[in-house]
Amino acid sequence: MNGDHPMLGIAPEPGVHKPDPVLVANDLQRSFGGLRAVDVKHLEIQRHTVTSLIGPNGAGKTTLFNLLTGFDTPDFGEWHLNGGPLVGIAAFQVARRGMVRTFQLTRSLARLTVMNNMLVAAKDNKGEGLWGALTGGWHATEQANEARANELLERFGLEHMADEFAGSLSGGQRKLLEMARALMMNPEVVMLDEPMAGVNPALTQSLLTHITGLRDSGKTVIFVEHDMDVVQEISDWVVVMAEGRVIAEGRPEEIAQNRTVIDAYLGEHHGEAAS
Amino acid sequence: MDWGSVFIDGILATIGPVTAAYAISAIGLNLQFGYAGLLNFGHVAFMLVGAYGMAITVELGGPLWLGIIVGILIAAFLGFLLGLPTLRLRADYLAITTIAAAEAIRLVVRSSWAQPLTNGVFGIQGFADSFFDLNPFPPAELYGIGSLIVTGRKLWVMIVGWTIAVLLTLLIRRLINSPWGRVLKAIREDEDATTSLGKNVFAYKLQALMIGGAIGGIAGMLLAIEQQNVTPDAYLPQVTFILYVIVILGGAGTILGPIVGAVVFQFLFFTVDALMVNAQGSIGWVGDLLTPAAAGQVKLVLVGVGMMVLMIFRPQGILGSREEALIDER
Repeated sequence: MNGDHPMLGIAPEPGVHKPDPVLVANDLQRSFGGLRAVDVKHLEIQRHTVTSLIGPNGAGKTTLFNLLTGFDTPDFGEWHLNGGPLVGIAAFQVARRGMVRTFQLTRSLARLTVMNNMLVAAKDNKGEGLWGALTGGWHATEQANEARANELLERFGLEHMADEFAGSLSGGQRKLLEMARALMMNPEVVMLDEPMAGVNPALTQSLLTHITGLRDSGKTVIFVEHDMDVVQEISDWVVVMAEGRVIAEGRPEEIAQNRTVIDAYLGEHHGEAAS
Repeated sequence: MDWGSVFIDGILATIGPVTAAYAISAIGLNLQFGYAGLLNFGHVAFMLVGAYGMAITVELGGPLWLGIIVGILIAAFLGFLLGLPTLRLRADYLAITTIAAAEAIRLVVRSSWAQPLTNGVFGIQGFADSFFDLNPFPPAELYGIGSLIVTGRKLWVMIVGWTIAVLLTLLIRRLINSPWGRVLKAIREDEDATTSLGKNVFAYKLQALMIGGAIGGIAGMLLAIEQQNVTPDAYLPQVTFILYVIVILGGAGTILGPIVGAVVFQFLFFTVDALMVNAQGSIGWVGDLLTPAAAGQVKLVLVGVGMMVLMIFRPQGILGSREEALIDER
């Protein structure tokens, strides 16, 4: 990033408008029985930034992720990516439109090799259709994809594992693979659900570098995180959720001093009954 | 005791058309279960609708080739019908639906209500004459090497059956080694992850269920042609489970697994069978101990023990890779 903070001058209040939002959500609601898991009035995500989504356990961060990516259906509300509405769009279509997510528990395709994990993510391979698979003619695409996969694997330090089963990777390597695999789709928005969970501190640093690297290569990153230090270090913008609502937004240093946020985190120990 | 004839009987059954039909059916099930991870517990229904689709078409005056096409299409359509409501749900729903549908279809076919079309419990006979008209071998002539002798009629069905099995294996190999097959395997590993990579998981599962079903239909038709006979009670649920044994024995998710599984299973089954019959006749105390009915039960016990031993020492099946089997989920 060049000099000025990209989010300078934006008021630190929930639902604030951003100059160039890539993702906008309005009145998004989702209840499980009597529990309102997500109730977001208005949320905009600024393009080419790292936005982190924080909040105590049960705040609805993952549910919001599921809603935005089509893995769950809201009871109410609408949201759009680059102005295109995503209501009623299937999860796989959302991914094809350029918003790719990862999961809290790593989802490596265990009995596929690391390389095949990468290749399966590539878009527009005509060999993935039944007719294309039978008639052939997909080998050129495959080679181009392999070259790109190799570049990405190298960037994430996994090139020596390319021919191993993904199931034989360590936990941290799987996180890296999941991130590299998401990039195979050339997404515009990358949504990482707790990328640091269960990763040893040494690898955390390398993951952080990769995340800021994503932003610097022109992607928008949204990630869920618990660790405030991590959030402070790499976020351009922080969105705080509690009990399904966005209770605060702002630059990391603003959030650190926000009274509501501190209360929400401390309140976690008292008001946990609902979750 | 005549060990020679025991093995001859075993081998003859192993290379016979029934084994070829089981191998073909297992190829279809392997695509669904081994590659796509679909729990289809009603595979026998695909065989049934294939066979009946063919037999009824001929019965109504159509030519056999048309009957075969109808059989394949109906079996694929059954996959579509069963998959449409269940494949968006958790895996268990497909399992429950298929096992119930298979029995429901069999009971409807054998009911007196369906008798005008299916001839109920008596089934339909003699629809494959035009298949045997094509037989280049004189049907009553004996062919063979040494003591392995089959009639010209059986030889013809064997050749056709195994040729289909080989062709379908080649087809599956082409599909599985393509990007399409890779998506299928990815779905088997983790549906949500595959969805998150922009793949239409539902469409792939439906395709696998339909193709595997159509292959099951082909197997059903081959069995029916060989016997010139379809009866509903040849399609009991246990056929599905024998097919599962074959797929797992050969190695689920391997190209040649279904053929190897079918051959090994049939060989074990019929060798033990011949062994029991032989022992009853030639060893006094065995004959005293076992009535023919009891021998049938003991045969199943012995085959079961054989399967258990194989599964203990090779849980990944005969052709499966040990490395792959040892990988824990996630």
